[in-house]
Amino acid sequence: MASKLGLIIKREYLAKVRNRSFIVMTILSPILIVGMIVLIAFLTKINDDETRVITILNESTFYRDAFKPSKNISFLQFNDLTVEQAKDSTNALEYYGLLHIPEGATVEEVARSAFLFTKDNPNTSVTKELENVFQNRLRQERLQKLGVTPEQFSSVEKPFEINLSTFDGERSIRGVNEIKAIIGGSFGYAIMMFIIIYGGFVMRSVIEEKTSRIIEVIISSVKPFQLMLGKIIGNSLAGVTQFSIWIVSASALLFVAVLIFGIDLSALSENSAMPPNAMGGMSEVGGMDGKMLLYAKEIYGIPWGLLIVSFFIYFVLGYLIYSSIYAAIGAAVDNETDTQQFIFPIILPLMLAIYVGFFSVFSNPHGPIAVGFSLFPLTSPIVMLMRLPGGIGEGGVPLWQFIVSISLLIVTFLGIVSLAAKIYRTGILMYGKKPTYKELFKWLRYK
Amino acid sequence: MPQMHIFEKIVYMDHILVAKNVTKTYGDYTALSNISLQIPKNCIYGLLGPNGAGKTSFIRIINQITYQDAGELWLNGEPLAPKHIASIGYLPEERGLYKSMKVGEQALYLAQLKGLTKAEAKVRLAHWFDRLNIGDWWDKKIQELSKGMAQKIQFIVTVLHEPKLLIFDEPFSGFDPINANIIKDEILRLKENGTSIIFSTHRMESVEELCEYIALIHKSEKILDGKLSDIKRAYKNNIFNVGVHIEKDADAFLKSLEEKFNILSSEIDPMEHQLNFKVQLPSDHTGEILAALSKVSNINRFEETIPSANDIFIQTVNSKDNGK
Repeated sequence: MASKLGLIIKREYLAKVRNRSFIVMTILSPILIVGMIVLIAFLTKINDDETRVITILNESTFYRDAFKPSKNISFLQFNDLTVEQAKDSTNALEYYGLLHIPEGATVEEVARSAFLFTKDNPNTSVTKELENVFQNRLRQERLQKLGVTPEQFSSVEKPFEINLSTFDGERSIRGVNEIKAIIGGSFGYAIMMFIIIYGGFVMRSVIEEKTSRIIEVIISSVKPFQLMLGKIIGNSLAGVTQFSIWIVSASALLFVAVLIFGIDLSALSENSAMPPNAMGGMSEVGGMDGKMLLYAKEIYGIPWGLLIVSFFIYFVLGYLIYSSIYAAIGAAVDNETDTQQFIFPIILPLMLAIYVGFFSVFSNPHGPIAVGFSLFPLTSPIVMLMRLPGGIGEGGVPLWQFIVSISLLIVTFLGIVSLAAKIYRTGILMYGKKPTYKELFKWLRYK
Repeated sequence: MPQMHIFEKIVYMDHILVAKNVTKTYGDYTALSNISLQIPKNCIYGLLGPNGAGKTSFIRIINQITYQDAGELWLNGEPLAPKHIASIGYLPEERGLYKSMKVGEQALYLAQLKGLTKAEAKVRLAHWFDRLNIGDWWDKKIQELSKGMAQKIQFIVTVLHEPKLLIFDEPFSGFDPINANIIKDEILRLKENGTSIIFSTHRMESVEELCEYIALIHKSEKILDGKLSDIKRAYKNNIFNVGVHIEKDADAFLKSLEEKFNILSSEIDPMEHQLNFKVQLPSDHTGEILAALSKVSNINRFEETIPSANDIFIQTVNSKDNGK
C-alpha cells in the first residue's frame, strides 16, 4: 500500500516538474520579479536624482545665506537684474523657477512680498522646502524679539522622542510591532500564495485524469483516497521545489543586480520598513547606531524556532485542508470553466485572512478580531503566523490560544479531508454533469 | 465470514466469482437490486443489458471501486477483499491514458500499481509490445497515437499482471474491425490459458461467438442467466428451415404436408424443382416429418432455427416490461 502511494507521488511529481509551462514559470518568475524590483528601484532613483535649480533674485538684505542646496534643490544667485530679466533668463536656461525676494524693511515684510515664479504649478515638495526656510527665519526673528538668541533657538529646536520601556525595564523601540507583523505576514502570505497556486495544480491534475478517462483504470488498482493523497503530496513537493528554486535564484539574481546596477535597495525599504523615524527628519544620525542595535536585538529576539516550526505545522495542515477541497472540486466538475462557482468560496477565507491580518493584526496583534481569526481554522494558518513573531506566553500569543488554534485546525483537517475524499470518490466517476451544491451534499452520503 | 452450508462452499470454490443478493443504491436511484450470479472458472461470461441497466455498477463493485449496500461477493472461494485487486484486470468502458506521458513509462506505472515489480513489468511489456507489433511506441506520447493504438496499450496494461479474472467493459468500442479481431483472438487465447473473463456489452452480436455463459441485466435486476446453449435451447420454438428437391407435383406435396404439419411459410422454385419452407413442430422430434419428406424427395436442407442472443434479449426484456 505504502509503495503504491510512493509510486503515485513520484508520478505526480515528475508529471508536474516535466511540464513545459511549469519549467518556464520556474525559470521566468524570478527574472520577472527581480526585473521588476530593479526597475522600481531604478525609477525611484531617477526620480530622486533629479535636482531642480531655482534661481534667486534677492534684492533685500535678509535671507542672504538662508538657502542651502539640498538633495532635491540647488540654488543659483542672480544679481543686478530686473525681475523681468531674471524671469527671462531662468526660463531660457530651463531652470525650475525663480524666487524673487524684493527689498523690504523687515524680515516679515520681505517674506510677505516674496514670489516664486515657475513655468507650471510648482511641485509641493519644492514649495514646502522654500517655505520651511522662510518659516525658520521668521520663527528665529519672532523669538529674537522675545529675547531668544539664535544659539538658544537652535538648542531648543533639537527633536525629541519619548523613551520607551517595557514593564520589565527593557528598552523598547517604535516600529517593532510592524516589523514583527511584516515578518509573520510574509510567512502567512507565502502560505496563501502556495495554497492558491498549488491547490490549483491539484485541481487541474484531477480534472485531467477525469477528462482523459484514465481515472477508472487507476482506481481499479488503488484506493481513490490514496490517489488523492498522492496527488496532493506530489504536487506540493513540486511546489516546494519550485518555491525553493524561486527563492534561491531570485536572491542570487537580486544580488547580481545590486552589484551590476549599484542600486540602493534601502531606498526602497526606507519608506516602508522604518515608518515613524524616516519621516521625522535627518537630524538624528547620532542615535542611529544605537537604534539599529536595538532593532537587531528585537529581530534576534523574535522566536525564530517557534516561528519556523509553527510555520511548518500551519503550512502542512492549511495546505492539506485547502488542497483536498481543490481536489474535491476538480473531481466534481468536467472542465476547468465549471470550477469558478466553487473556487470563490475557497479563496474568500484566504483573502479575508490576509486583509484582516494586514489591517487588524498589525495595529493590534492581540485584539479580539486577531484572536478570533487566528482560532478559526480556515484563516488561522495565516493570521496566527502574523501574531506569532511576538512569541508565546507573556506579551505574545497566550498558550491556550495557540493550542486551541492548532487543535481546531487538526480537527478541521480530519473532517474536511474525509468529506473531500467522499466527494472526490463519487465525483471522479461522474461524467458529463455539472453538479450543484445540493448534489455534492448527496454524494457525501453514498457508501 | 458467515456460516454456510458445505454445498455452498463447494459452489464458491468452483466459481471464480459468486455474487449473492448484491444491492446498490445511489440516493433514491437503485443501480442493482438483489443480483445473484455465479461465474464459473475458465470461461467467458457475458454480462448483457442495455445502457444504464447496472452492468458498470456491478463491475465497479467487483473492482472495489465502490461498495455494495447489501449482499456478498466471493472471489475464487474467498470473500472479496482489497488484496484481490492484484488478481483482477479491468478494462473500463470509459478508458483513457495520461495524454502527455510516454507509452512505456505509463505502462510501467500502471503495471506497478497492480503490484508488478519494475523489472518484471519491463520483461512482460517487451513481450506484449512485440506480440501486438507496437515495439517502437515505447517513447511516444499518448497524444501522438490514434485512438485504436491507445486502446491496444490499454488492453496490454489490463492483462499484463496475468489476473485470474479479467473484466472487459465494451472492449471493442473504438477499435477498427482488424484490431477488434486481434483483440478478440487475444481474449480467446487468454481464456485457453485458464483466465476467467467477464465480458460486459450491450452489443449482442459479439456475444454469440465469445460467451459460454450469459446473464441479462435489465433495470437493475437480473432477468436471466445460465449457459448460453441451455438458454438457447430453452428459448427455441422448434422451427425448422427445410429445403427439398422434388421432380414433380410440388404443389400437391406441399398441400399434403400442410395438412399434417404447421407450415409457416413456403416457396416453390419450378425451374430448379426446389421447395423451401419453414415449419414449426410440436416438439423437437423430427422423425415423422423426415420420414414424410424422404419418401418422395431429396432433402437438401434441414436446419433448426436457433434464436440469437439478440432475439432472446429482446424477447425477455419485452415480456418483462409487458408483464409489469
